[in-house]
Amino acid sequence: MASGSSRYGLILFTVYLLFYGGFVVINAFAPDSMEKTLLSGLNVAIVYGFALIIGAVVLSAIYGVLCGDVSRTSGDKESQP
Amino acid sequence: MIYESSWQAVAIFFLFVGFTLGFSFWLGRKAKSSEGYFAAHGQIPWFVNGIAFAGDYLSAASFLGICGMIAFYGYDGFLYSIGYLAGWIVALFVVAEPMKRLGKFTFADALDSQFNSRGIKLAAGISTLVVSIFYLIPQMVGAGALVTPLLGFEQWVGVVMVGTVVIMIVVTAGMVSTTWVQFLKGGLLVVFSAILTWMILDRGLEVADGGADGHRFVSLTVANSDFTNDDGIIGTLQKTEVLPAEGGWEKAKESFVRLKNSDTSAVSVWLARRASDQPDADWLLSEAQTLTKTSDGKKLVNGQVKGTKKGEPELHPVGYLTELPGGLQKTGPLSAIDFFRTLQQSKVVLWRNEKLTHPDGSETTVYFPKVTPGGQVLRPGEHPTFRGIRSEKFTDKINFLSLMLALFCGTASLPHILIRYYTVKDAGSARKSTIVGIASIGFFYVLTLYLGLGAMTSGELDVSDENMSAPLLAKGMNTWLFAAISAIAFTTVLGTVSGLILAAAGAVTHDLLSSVLKWKMSDTEKVRVAKISSVFVGAIAIVLGILFQKMNPTFLVGWAFSVAASANLPSLVMILFWPRVTKQGIVAAIVVGMVSSLTWVLLSGESYSRVYGLDAADAIVPFSQPGILTIPLGFLTLVIVSLLTPPAGKKTPQE
Repeated sequence: MASGSSRYGLILFTVYLLFYGGFVVINAFAPDSMEKTLLSGLNVAIVYGFALIIGAVVLSAIYGVLCGDVSRTSGDKESQP
Repeated sequence: MIYESSWQAVAIFFLFVGFTLGFSFWLGRKAKSSEGYFAAHGQIPWFVNGIAFAGDYLSAASFLGICGMIAFYGYDGFLYSIGYLAGWIVALFVVAEPMKRLGKFTFADALDSQFNSRGIKLAAGISTLVVSIFYLIPQMVGAGALVTPLLGFEQWVGVVMVGTVVIMIVVTAGMVSTTWVQFLKGGLLVVFSAILTWMILDRGLEVADGGADGHRFVSLTVANSDFTNDDGIIGTLQKTEVLPAEGGWEKAKESFVRLKNSDTSAVSVWLARRASDQPDADWLLSEAQTLTKTSDGKKLVNGQVKGTKKGEPELHPVGYLTELPGGLQKTGPLSAIDFFRTLQQSKVVLWRNEKLTHPDGSETTVYFPKVTPGGQVLRPGEHPTFRGIRSEKFTDKINFLSLMLALFCGTASLPHILIRYYTVKDAGSARKSTIVGIASIGFFYVLTLYLGLGAMTSGELDVSDENMSAPLLAKGMNTWLFAAISAIAFTTVLGTVSGLILAAAGAVTHDLLSSVLKWKMSDTEKVRVAKISSVFVGAIAIVLGILFQKMNPTFLVGWAFSVAASANLPSLVMILFWPRVTKQGIVAAIVVGMVSSLTWVLLSGESYSRVYGLDAADAIVPFSQPGILTIPLGFLTLVIVSLLTPPAGKKTPQE
């Protein structure tokens, strides 16, 4: 099961889980800190929220690139049904 | 509000829907085998499949529900955007490739690949069916909401229309055409939302005291002594009498004041607030709007019979700012960042409502303005679902955590998303199409915040219908744009619904009838049985769509996610990562997860108040969202039952 792509997958999954978990926990237990101004007049809620969405896109792109390497070096094992 | 249809809207709409149907029939001619019907022969190019993911996923809930929630409550709707997208991370990093490797047509296939057990097929088939139907409800509600302003029909007509058209698509076509149609619509929805966002930024923000119909909402200042004198006459206002709070009005939680003009005897309703904390401070009265349903079914707007044409009595559209930073009246075009920065320092008028029942059986909903600082709009915690995060009660916080967990885990467990992994040729394509899906869906979700806030400040909002916010925003910009957006949104609903019906029909035919009941069916018979089950599932969806028409689709989707995640995710994940799983463990996990989450949802305060019309405080369960308990419960059940049963019956392991 621990093929190259699934190992990368689990690492990136953990990274995102922590990032998302942080957002949820701050919202639940320190909601007021979401209103604080963070970057150029934008509050934490907007910056963190956008970062979560853009972060998901970036991580998935990184994963795509990493897996591309795996399938080249291991002789494209994954095209088997 | 009164919705008049325009010929452009109707023309574009029918053109678009007609084209979609024609296209779908044309593609459907080729799909005769079950392989083609359920999985498009596994021949869909990954890029097309990726955009089709967006088409499947960006449903009525995303476009109508999220935008509506943001338009009425600000940032809260965006929490759904964040959670929905985060769920794709689970789908991509954990589920996508193994799903493709293990299964053939359905989610049950993947679970059962090592066991060949009828129990698993049965449990997974039923859970697919339940989740699909649960998820269908909000789609149908959204479809009804779209048709109302566009064509001027009643909401139930819209629901029946969608249902019928979808059944036609599914029966004639199957997965090939569903995928291509989803590809087109997913792409168009994202592009048009981007255009709309650009127009919002180009328009900028503006101060106003009323909505787009030109009605100016009035505020009055009344001296305290005017309310406390005995004759009930307000001295500062000519010929105005204060009506006593009775006949249901005494039970109002907000302080409403009814004023009667002694000449015309017209009654108006006002929200009363003290100007300061002083005991004899002046009262500030803000004009409210009322919608009364009399016991014989008539509708009254502000005390007059509701009109059917423009210029007759109707609820006034709302959505405006009372103050911009630096005393500006109008900002002109704003950049994507300045839009938030400016809004944060402005004051927005949000409209809230309260429902009152009168002794004669009639019901009045009072809509009243609430001036809200922009900083409060751009933070979480305004909507009733999310208000809990500011409460001191621990269960309220748990409810929030539970919802965010369900959104995170739900996506990767949705049957119509899972079947899309079988339409591409291999695991690598499954991965690549998911990445394309995430990119397009992420882009759209960034736009939802602009669309929602744009609607909030558009002057076009219908106080009585949150779900209409996004289409009405487009209507305020341009009729053609409105027609195009509505047609796309409507067909997107069609596509999502057909995907769900296909998933459900696949479960019935492939899992339940063929594998569990051992019906012997030839390939063509299988397709025919699937088509018959599609008609049944479609009919159920139509009925439920009409029953639940007043609920916010996003909210309903939240429940569907909870049930999907509780029933499906534990077995899906454990079968990939834990070799000791047994078939009994899987069956038990699915059944326990599904039953516990469904029961919880049906016994929750939200169901009590919104579905059964009972007092939410009487609900049996302490908070509404089950995920935080039922998802771990599913995992726990799976582990315990697997450890108690022998690991027999395991055939050649796949990896």
